[in-house]
Amino acid sequence: MSQFTDIAHNGLWKQNPGVVQLLGLCPTLAVTTSVVNGVSLGLATALVMAAANGAVSPVRRFVPDEIRVPVFILVIAALVTMIDLAIHGFAEPLHKVLGIFIPLIVVNCIVLARVESFAAKNAPAPAIWDGFMMGIGLTLVLALLGGIREVVGKGTLFSGLDLALGPQFSAYILTVIPDYQGFLLAILPPGAFLGLAGLIALRNWAEIRKSKPSIAATGALKPSH
Amino acid sequence: MIMPETIIRHASKTAITLMAFAIVFTTCMAFVYQVTKSPIEQSEAAARMSLFRQIMPEHLHDNDLLQDTIELPPDALLGTTQPTVANIARVQGQPSAIILEAIAHDGYSGDIKLLLAIEADGTLNGVRVITHKETPGLGDYIDIAKNNWIKLFDGQSLNNGKDGDWRVKKDGGKFDYMVGATITPRAVVAAVHKALQYVEQHKQTLFVAQVDDQHNAPMEKP
Repeated sequence: MSQFTDIAHNGLWKQNPGVVQLLGLCPTLAVTTSVVNGVSLGLATALVMAAANGAVSPVRRFVPDEIRVPVFILVIAALVTMIDLAIHGFAEPLHKVLGIFIPLIVVNCIVLARVESFAAKNAPAPAIWDGFMMGIGLTLVLALLGGIREVVGKGTLFSGLDLALGPQFSAYILTVIPDYQGFLLAILPPGAFLGLAGLIALRNWAEIRKSKPSIAATGALKPSH
Repeated sequence: MIMPETIIRHASKTAITLMAFAIVFTTCMAFVYQVTKSPIEQSEAAARMSLFRQIMPEHLHDNDLLQDTIELPPDALLGTTQPTVANIARVQGQPSAIILEAIAHDGYSGDIKLLLAIEADGTLNGVRVITHKETPGLGDYIDIAKNNWIKLFDGQSLNNGKDGDWRVKKDGGKFDYMVGATITPRAVVAAVHKALQYVEQHKQTLFVAQVDDQHNAPMEKP
């Protein structure tokens, strides 16, 4: 069991793809203009990552080393295409929101990275769990970044929720700052870089603070100058 | 020392593995494509129809808009370089309005693709922006999702104004715009104006009840 807890911890915090591995920055920066966009792409990525890891892990012994990467890319591209078609066919409203982002997942190196570094070496169950948790870790970062950019840039939260889940959800769209004129910088690409830098700094700060007590403890033993 | 045969055997084994993967996954994709084909077509038709409904009132058509199409050759007034498909609205077989696409090339960034519904008498029923790449938060108010600005065109026509009116207020016309983004509305106004001129010039060919259609169309409602 502890293996699964470790995998979850890795995906969500220790090896978080968004703020630690810094993989998958293309969608991270491009899509996070709102919470709904960020979460939607994050969940789609989690789905693809779980499926890709699950598809590669059982056949990992049959793939010769030399053609490892082409085979992985083939598998990922095929899965993304199938998921895209399925969403388009059976969940049209969701496709309206996610449509342009799903093909982007193919070029997202986080998917290939997890297939290559985890699924190719582990059994199917942990591999699927790893793909999923890494995806959720990325989703959290996308949600936070989307939230920051949306509030600062447009003064709202959860805009577009009605498009993703249906018109009855439009009541959940919050206007955080009424009569806000908007702060364009946050919506444009520089806002994404600044926001992500802020999140990385925040995570590093939290990590350092966590390890501080031990430093302080060892430091106390030494004579002070 | 590796024998050439070993290399060849190894290479062919690798190639066969790659091919096997390609075949298996292509088969999977073909299967999913077949299964989702008709739901996708239906949902796309529904999406297109809901867009039509925004700019085309019910009383102007009793035909199937999606089926009743004509092809428009590329035209400078429409800004098109490829043939486009226009939908004809009919009431009891008589053409009442046309839905056509126009492209504005002089937006702030990239082309602005418009969908217009124009009645047979030259009145604009409505305009929607289909795609655009204008600056978010500045020029994107032409999009109905952000602002109602585009509804300024509802009910306008060539006749109810001099040519000079078909400009934004800053240029002496009658169309409002938002401070800070004039290029975008200027492009849209000009494109709509030109599309109206196109329909005016081609009235005879666009709004003629074709013989074929008169045979097929009359599905009169009780």
